[in-house]
Amino acid sequence: MATSTHEGPAPHPPTTAREGPAAIGLEGVVKTYRSGQETVAAVRGIDLAVHQGEFFSLLGPSGCGKTTTMRMIAGFEEPTSGTVRLAGRDVTGVPPDRRDVNMVFQSYALFPHMSVADNVAFGLRRKNVPKDEVRRRVGEALDLVELSGLHRRRPGRLSGGQQQRVALARALVNRPGALLLDEPLGALDLKLRQAMQIELKRIQREVGITFVYVTHDQSEALTMSDRIAVMNEGVVEQLGPPAQIYERPASRFVAGFIGTSNLLSGTVTTGVGEYARVEFDGIGHVLVRTDQTSGSAVDVTVRPEKVHIGADEPAPGMSRLRGTVGEVVYLGASTHYTVVLANGAEVVVFRQNSSDASNAAERGDQVWLSWRPDHSYALPR
Amino acid sequence: MKAKTTPYLLVLPAWIWLAIFFVVPICGMLSVSLMTGNVLDGFTQTFHVANYAEAIDRYWRQILRSLAYGACATALCVAIGYPVAAWIAFRGGRHKTTYLLLLLLPFFVSQVLRTISWRFLLADDGVLLGPLKSIGLLPEDAHVLSTPLAVVTGLAYSHLPFMVLPIYAVLERVDHRVVEAARDLYATRAQAFLRVVLPMSLPGVFAGVLMVFVPTSADYVNASLLGGTGTTMIGNVIQSQYLVNNDYPMAAAITFVLMALLLAGIFGYARALGTERVMEVRA
Ligand SMILES: Nc1ncnc2c1ncn2[C@@H]1O[C@H](COP(=O)(O)OP(=O)(O)OP(=O)(O)O)[C@@H](O)[C@H]1O
Ligand SMILES: [Mg+2]
Repeated sequence: MATSTHEGPAPHPPTTAREGPAAIGLEGVVKTYRSGQETVAAVRGIDLAVHQGEFFSLLGPSGCGKTTTMRMIAGFEEPTSGTVRLAGRDVTGVPPDRRDVNMVFQSYALFPHMSVADNVAFGLRRKNVPKDEVRRRVGEALDLVELSGLHRRRPGRLSGGQQQRVALARALVNRPGALLLDEPLGALDLKLRQAMQIELKRIQREVGITFVYVTHDQSEALTMSDRIAVMNEGVVEQLGPPAQIYERPASRFVAGFIGTSNLLSGTVTTGVGEYARVEFDGIGHVLVRTDQTSGSAVDVTVRPEKVHIGADEPAPGMSRLRGTVGEVVYLGASTHYTVVLANGAEVVVFRQNSSDASNAAERGDQVWLSWRPDHSYALPR
Repeated sequence: MKAKTTPYLLVLPAWIWLAIFFVVPICGMLSVSLMTGNVLDGFTQTFHVANYAEAIDRYWRQILRSLAYGACATALCVAIGYPVAAWIAFRGGRHKTTYLLLLLLPFFVSQVLRTISWRFLLADDGVLLGPLKSIGLLPEDAHVLSTPLAVVTGLAYSHLPFMVLPIYAVLERVDHRVVEAARDLYATRAQAFLRVVLPMSLPGVFAGVLMVFVPTSADYVNASLLGGTGTTMIGNVIQSQYLVNNDYPMAAAITFVLMALLLAGIFGYARALGTERVMEVRA
């Protein structure tokens, strides 16, 4: 039934220059649910543009409005106010069957009474695609997700990972303007999940379709995405490429949500060129790149792997603090230290256990902590 | 050894129950159906198979009529019951159980009383026909009682819950996200219903059809209270053969003919639309 020669759907050219309108545009989108007396503000005002062919992630904790945002893009919910655009066209009020996006549901939502092939063919048949083409494209889609040979199976007789692939094929086969994936790997165990992450990324590269990917797993978002929108309580806290989100968190929330971050409370005193001097209560000061004005209270953030720990005085020009080693946790490839500063604040340090790891600090040791000033940022408090 | 026999021991009471209250009477009836004689001189077992030929020969009209009435009543139940079940399942919200209870409420009254109240409703000058006649929508001599219409609607009314409940039970379990998936894949509301909800609910319809068709085609209360001479059903024949004519062998033979027909029908239906196939209805 399926053609053995697999060419795959026509790939988009890799788009670095972004001509034309954004694949998805949200402008001032607000969604308020009413349930009885109380109103729930699920989305409090989101502006964002997802580029053509991009792997875009919505990342945030449970209940921050990710699913609601997706459902407004797909057309299952209408925004209370604001505009949703698909390829530049205002689709507010357009029902889901007339929107050129397809959704992959967390629960897969496969049609239990249809075979795998009929599930995948469903969208094409609704669009009255000719029979031959339906068969060819269903075959291609199933090849793409490596499910060829399971055409006749019922979804109920597939493993979780296989059902996931059917759900993906069922959406991809329509070559929509954008694919919406709402925690598609949420129901899979860790190993399968990691395998599917790589698989999804491969498929997205092959077909070149815009992916909007919802997850509350930060490592998943960091590894897969071209850009990430970090959401919290119905707003986007930060939008940018993974490295920027990780290296330069724009808010206390992002710093805390993505990876491990050290946050030290201090006050901006004077500016030194493009750097500012941040004074910590009783333990000294550091230089930080910031646009905060003098006198404002800030949190200085620095990633644990950027901090150097040692007994020797750091080189000049490095930001430095002194402390006492508390916990030492040996993890094989690395060791994690918790260092207590004079004012009681704690700093976590990750140190690679490379061959020159001669002078490892021990519990109770007095140590110097140091980092390059451009590895730390001051966040308004 | 003991562990293996335990499950069998546990179902033993059920088997004994079935044996005493189902197998024994059936065998007794089978034996009666082959007897000859009359109530005064007594009946003797003569393995008189011709009883069956006579039963079919004399009552095939009533048998066919019963099956036809049963089929019409079943169709009516599907037509009314499906939307009711769908409405309760999808729109019932927090009050689903209340609606189901309301549906069942009339059935706390005895069937005979319920059917008699229908006589008042459908009487020639009753609450239904009277006003229609007085405003000239119906001719003066129009009547519903004693017609097949009265019997079929009566049958449908008295068996509606047996259709609604199984359909409701499957619709209730249809995951709303599956409907959303269909809408997402370019299906209109109507298509999503026809391609997804309806096929998924067919097992419920299948069960409902069985639960309505079998008792309606064997029913005699509706025909005797709402029907007339021209609407006699096979249930009425069995009743009068048994209780009026005391021709027990004939009553038993008719019963078995009806049973055989219904069983054949059920098996045919199950084969054509069996759960395996129901699940395979193509998109
Ligand atoms: N239909 C609804 N009626 C009322 N409130 C709702 C409804 N759907 C969602 N909410 C509320 O809106 C908020 C955002 O929900 P949403 O499902 O978008 O979160 P989420 O980011 O997808 O979370 P999760 O990671 O747990 O899936 C939550 O507080 C939720 O309780
Ligand atoms: Mg969600």
